[in-house]
Amino acid sequence: MRAVWAIARREFAGYFATPVAAVFIVIFLVLAGALTFTLGGFFGRNQADLLPFFGFVPWLLLFLVPALTMRLWAEERRLGTIEMLLTLPIAPWQAVLGKWLAAWVFCAVALALTFPLVITVNWLGEPDNGAILAGYLGCVLVAGAYLALGAAVSAMTRNQVIAFVLGVAGCFVFAAAGSPIVSDFLSNRLPVLGEVARGFSVAEHFGSFVRGVIAVPDLVFFAAFTGFWLFANAVILEWRRGA
Amino acid sequence: MNALIEIEGLSRRFGAFTAVDGVSFSVERGEVVGFLGPNGAGKSTTMRMLAGFLPPSAGTARIAGHDVQTDGVAARRKLGFLPEGAPTYPEMTVEAFLRFCARVRGCNLATVPAAMAITQLEEVRLQPIETLSKGFRRRVGLASALLHDPDVLVLDEPTDGLDPNQKHEVRNLITAMAPRKAIIISTHILEEVSAVCTRAIIIARGRVLADSTPEALTADGRDLDTVFRALTLGEGEVA
Repeated sequence: MRAVWAIARREFAGYFATPVAAVFIVIFLVLAGALTFTLGGFFGRNQADLLPFFGFVPWLLLFLVPALTMRLWAEERRLGTIEMLLTLPIAPWQAVLGKWLAAWVFCAVALALTFPLVITVNWLGEPDNGAILAGYLGCVLVAGAYLALGAAVSAMTRNQVIAFVLGVAGCFVFAAAGSPIVSDFLSNRLPVLGEVARGFSVAEHFGSFVRGVIAVPDLVFFAAFTGFWLFANAVILEWRRGA
Repeated sequence: MNALIEIEGLSRRFGAFTAVDGVSFSVERGEVVGFLGPNGAGKSTTMRMLAGFLPPSAGTARIAGHDVQTDGVAARRKLGFLPEGAPTYPEMTVEAFLRFCARVRGCNLATVPAAMAITQLEEVRLQPIETLSKGFRRRVGLASALLHDPDVLVLDEPTDGLDPNQKHEVRNLITAMAPRKAIIISTHILEEVSAVCTRAIIIARGRVLADSTPEALTADGRDLDTVFRALTLGEGEVA
């Protein structure tokens, strides 16, 4: 765990040593705020809750998380530092976990910086703060899931553009799997697959958190989804060693 | 006691191309092996396999008795490895990078100033690595390989990009450490072999062509340069 922590610490500091952190956080906050107040009709709804905000977060993360993860392994390959990192006395999973952990904490910081929205709704009315907290937990879990997927994709290539595009595409598949367009299409033709698609949908499982429900099946889904992609990341790393 | 580095029948193929073809040798404590060969001879590939980065297509490599494939973490604990080009994280400062390596290895952070001292990095310790010259970067890589005072050192072109004074320092450093360690250095610079190595292994097209002391290689009066060319340009095998 010591090595995992050392790697996470270096990665986390790395975000702030480059403009990555500032650009990511500012763009995330601007977009989250703008979308919530414009398209989300925050004031027009006349309700003291954060549903419009939570509605946009998975779609924002869909683009921003692969921007974070695209460099995780692709850049190590390009710089050759992967050779230095993987010849330290650590198992590949420790490096995988360390990198993911740093990115996850970073996303959590970005999400936490949306706190003025929480203050705003509390100022304007009497929201269900429990539901808001559950919504934030959901956001953090969605970020973790996307990060794991994006990191695994990044391990496949030394090209960051490819890592980004594949990351967005991969996240989109799991975000859209539960959307009416996909599930209706599948239900009409292959009803079994419609159910399966909804089962694998990040948005579907995130939905219960937004409604203020922290259910064990949803927690298990996110843990399994994230765990699977972290495992895939370690496998890809082994398989692509020296390639 | 077993040799600290044991390589047996190590081969690596990339598709149809065989980069390393049945290389075997072992290195005992106190030996400094100069690993010589033209570009593309398989030096770096052999070193990568020894460091556990690249899985071999065939054969085994052991460091201090630990197989680098099946017992890799234990093997790498005993190893200080300087990869080709000395890759480091460019945005980190020298000190931060070395502290990171020390933390991952679980060594005392007091090893960092010591490693910076013997590689003469103190004056640049707070500079981002990307602002340093090639020679300094190489020394940062060297410092990270020396942090934990490993029994085995595998250095891929440790003096590449250094000026003559720095080369001299690094050679002195290697000579000073030699009695306590098993060291392999790859190099193009033949004078370096005579200067620091107790043994030279010449490799070309993935095969070991000669494995002997520098003195024995030049015993017939030819200089090392001539021997190297004769061997690697395909005059035939010399034991």
